[in-house]
Order: sequence, then C-alpha cells, then structure tokens
Amino acid sequence: MAKTSRLFKGLFTWPELSPVLIWKVFYRNLLVFRKTWKAQLMFNFLEPLLYLWAMGFGLGAYVTQIQGLSYLSFLAPGLIASSAMFSTTYEETYGSYTRMSFQKTFHAMAATPVSMDDVVMGEILYGTFKGVLYGTVFLLVVGLFGIVQSPLFFLILIPLALMSVVFSIMSLIWTSVAPNYDSFGYFFTIFISPMFLFSGIFFPIDNLPQGIRFLPWLTPLYHAVQVIRPMVLGGLKLASMGHLLWLAIFIVLTIRLPLVMVKNRLVQ
Amino acid sequence: MCTEMGNKMVIACEKVIEATELVKRFDKFEAVSGLTLSVCRGECFGLLGPNGAGKTSFVRMVQGFSPVSAGRLEVFGMDVTRHSREVKAKLGVVPQEDNLDPDLSVFDNLLVYAGYFRIDKHTARQRAEEILEFMELREKSGEVVEHLSGGLKRRLTIGRALINQPELLLLDEPTTGLDPYARHQVWGRLRKLKESGTTLLLTTHYLEEASQLCDRLVILHRGQILEQGTPVDLIESHVGAEALELGVKPEDSQALIECAGELLKAEHRLEESLILFSDQGRRLEERIAAEAQRLGIALSYRRLRPANLEDVFLKLTGETLKEGVEEHTWEGDSHG
Repeated sequence: MAKTSRLFKGLFTWPELSPVLIWKVFYRNLLVFRKTWKAQLMFNFLEPLLYLWAMGFGLGAYVTQIQGLSYLSFLAPGLIASSAMFSTTYEETYGSYTRMSFQKTFHAMAATPVSMDDVVMGEILYGTFKGVLYGTVFLLVVGLFGIVQSPLFFLILIPLALMSVVFSIMSLIWTSVAPNYDSFGYFFTIFISPMFLFSGIFFPIDNLPQGIRFLPWLTPLYHAVQVIRPMVLGGLKLASMGHLLWLAIFIVLTIRLPLVMVKNRLVQ
Repeated sequence: MCTEMGNKMVIACEKVIEATELVKRFDKFEAVSGLTLSVCRGECFGLLGPNGAGKTSFVRMVQGFSPVSAGRLEVFGMDVTRHSREVKAKLGVVPQEDNLDPDLSVFDNLLVYAGYFRIDKHTARQRAEEILEFMELREKSGEVVEHLSGGLKRRLTIGRALINQPELLLLDEPTTGLDPYARHQVWGRLRKLKESGTTLLLTTHYLEEASQLCDRLVILHRGQILEQGTPVDLIESHVGAEALELGVKPEDSQALIECAGELLKAEHRLEESLILFSDQGRRLEERIAAEAQRLGIALSYRRLRPANLEDVFLKLTGETLKEGVEEHTWEGDSHG
C-alpha cells in the first residue's frame, strides 16, 4: 500500500516544465536517432510492409469486398496506424528503459537545470515524433500502391500525433514500473498485440461476438484506425471527430501519470 | 582555505553548502542521520567513509536530486528543493558511474550537455574546445564514446561537468575503478581546478585521494560525522606521524605495548599484526626490537611507515574502509 502511494506521489501537483529544456531533451534523442536511423527505420518498417503483402495480396485474393472496399484498401490505412503504434511503443519501452536504467541518461540530464518532468515530457515528444514519422512513411508506401484516394490525406497527421502521444504515455507508465527488459514482453502480449488484432485493422469489429464488441472502443488504436481510414480513402464525416476527441481526452486524463511515476521511480 | 582547524586563525568563510541537522531516510534505513557541516568557497572538502556511510546520499541531496527528509540544506544560500533549477545551473556533477551518451561523439556529448544549461551554440563550441584541451581529450574529439577506455570516459565525465563553468563541483568517487596512472591524471586536473577557484566536494573511500586533494574532510560513519579536520591534523591528533607494523602473536602483544611507554600514541590490533603509532617511530622501533629480543618474542615482520588516514579510520571505528556496511541500493538498477 505504501509502495503504491509512493508510485503516484505528486500526481495532483503542477509539473515543473520548461518548453526550451523539453526541446533539448527531445533534441538529444533526435541526435542519437540521426546516427542510427537507417538501421532503425528499415527494421520497424519491414513488419507492417510484410503484413500488407501477406494479408493484402495473399489473403486479399480470397476476399472480394469488405465494406465495399478491396481488402488491400481496407487493410492499408489501419496498418499506417499500427506502424505508428509499434514504433512509438518500442521507443518508449525498450528505448526509454535503456536511457533510464542502463545508460542513466535521465540521471545525467537531471543533474543539470533540466527537471525530471522535462525529461519525461521530452520522451513523450520523441515517442510522438517517431510514431508520426513511421506513420507518414507508411502513408507514402500506401500511396505508391495507389490506395490513397482522399485529398484530405494530410489530415492523418492529427490522429497520428494524438495516438502516438497516447502510446508514449502508456509505454512510459509500463517502463516506470518495469523491473527488467523481459517485462516488456508482457506489455506487448497483453496490450499491444491484442490491440493490433482486434482494433478493426484486419476486419470490421462488427464481426466480433455481441458481448465483447465494446472492447475495441476502449482502445486508442481502434479510434485512430476509424478516423485514419476515411482520411485516406475518402468519406470523412464530422462524426469521425468523436474519435479524435476520445484520444484527446485520454491524453488530458493520463499525461501526468508517466511524469510522476518515472520521477518516483528514480528519485527517492 | 577558510578555517585552520584547531588554530586561532579564522578567516571568513563564504558558505557554499550549509547543512544543519540533515537527515535522509529511506523506507527502513537512515542513510544520513543529523549531519551538520558547511563547505566554504574555494576549498576542497572531502567526505570520507566506507560504502553505505551516507556519502552519495548527501551528494544527491546537494544536487537537489534526492529530497531532504529532515533538517536544512542550503546551497549557494538557497533552499535546494525550492530553487532546484537555479542551484543546478551553478553546479557541476560527476556521478559515481559514467552516464555519458554512448552513441554520440566526445564533442557532441559536450555540446548536448551544454544545451541543458541553455548555453548558446557559439559559446558551447568554444567551451567544449577548451575542455577538450584541459582534459587532454583533443585527439578523441570525434570518437564515439562507446569505444573509449574507462579512464578516458571518466575524464570526459569530469570535463562535461565543467561545461557551465560551475562554482561548485560535486565529485562522487571520481577515481573509483581507474588504474593508478589515470587516477593521478584526474587528481592533477582537480588540483588545477581548485587553484582556479572552483569549490570541490569530493566523496571517496581512497584515503590517499583525500589526503592528496582535500583541505578539510569529515569521516562519515553510518550517516554521522565521526571526526573532522585537515588530513594532517587528523593523522597527528589520532595516530601520530608514524606507524610501526609488527607481525606478532596476540598473546605477546601486551608486553610490547607496555614497553613502548611514553613513545606510544595509540595502538591497534589488526588480524595478524599489531600496529603501534608514535611521533618518534625510529626510537620506538629500536626499543621494541630490543625488548622483543630480551623476551624472546618472535617478530614475523617489522615495518616502519608514515601513518595515514586509513590508520585514523581504523582506530576510530575498528573497521577498515573497504569492508563497510553493504551500500544501500536505490533501486534494482541504480547504485546509491
């Protein structure tokens, strides 16, 4: 009990944030990314591309139409979202855990005028950047397949950014209590993989049994997919804005959590 | 130097750190128990003690990283918890373990760090160049940190802490794990920094390091001050100038101690040896040798050497510095 309360200590206090220093933290990560981006970009990018090929062309050959779309068209916008999800999540679990524990980068920064709140906010910013970057690159690939139909496609930057903030927050919360690298396996198995499979990327969620059809609604990925699809394929409605609102509210309600949790882990 | 301990001469001390009844408590463990001390501008102040004595806990409170449990702590006359950014802007921190950016070059490490102090690009480059020169890292400027040796990493960590031209440099065991050559190199740099007016707070469990660098020091033991003074004063008042080590059986010790008489300042029994402290080592040695011969006591070895801080510590605690209490760990992956 005492342990739990220490985990959330300061949850309702105002964070100590400096926009300039948050930027410096972000910039540090960007600089490291610039040294390693070739290897990283290829690696994270390959997986959704494989799904696009395997499912879109392989399975898609047996599916004539899904909600009036070819299977490839139905699938591709969802993979833009999942591509962003995976890159943000990898970065803010394995990546940030390495910076926090192994390299002690957080400690080094906190010895300067940078506050621990700045550090974690910089991490959220960086996770968001990576999600948006990978989502955008995947959008370009999808464009090469001739799937992008809507002139409003550039709007996907908004849901991409929002969902990446959400996944940064969720990942950092897990990172703040992770005892070791192995524990991230659980995070992916319990949260990320089920979301990937059941958030309306591969099939409409109406196909789920009645009793659990509400479950995808609780996940950020579902809302991102639902709004990105019409932005890419056309037919964007005002009602889609509800999904953006869902993501925004999630951020407002949870963003203080990783800040206090990481701080309480490191500062005793 | 502000205060000559035990002398009449007292020069005004501008207090850079002032701790009053300072306490640091973890769940069930009190790392610092009512510490009162002050560090004056321009001096090198040493915190000496075995692992777990509370050195690192104190340093972490000074840098505003770890909250104070009780008591008061002012750095540059400011409350660290309330003015943490202002205090940290004037501090240089050399942590126990290197936390450099391994993927970046030596030069980029310095530039990135300068950014955290909001130092503009031009000034940062200029200072980085100066630091490379000062720490003798110029040829390594473009090298990725991951590939540097331990000694070079340490020099870079110290150099990085100088990027904001700190008024106070906190050094937490700066030479632990270095080979003797690298250690002397680091000491040389630290001495130069002191000469240029930087205040140093140094924690160490190397007594040699403390006597080489510190103007004043406190010996910490289980979160409290055991003794304080200049290295020379501490040695003189507790053990005298010289130590005579004798390899002698415990049952024969008493006779030798008795014959030492007025020459003996203190004695200590350590495993197979008896150590006798004196200001007149040569006379003591002669007297003991004669007495041992007269009584037929076998001395397996005999060695006269200058007394050092280790002797002081031994005498005060009966423990050696190396085998202290296990260090309290902060968390699984960070060492306190």
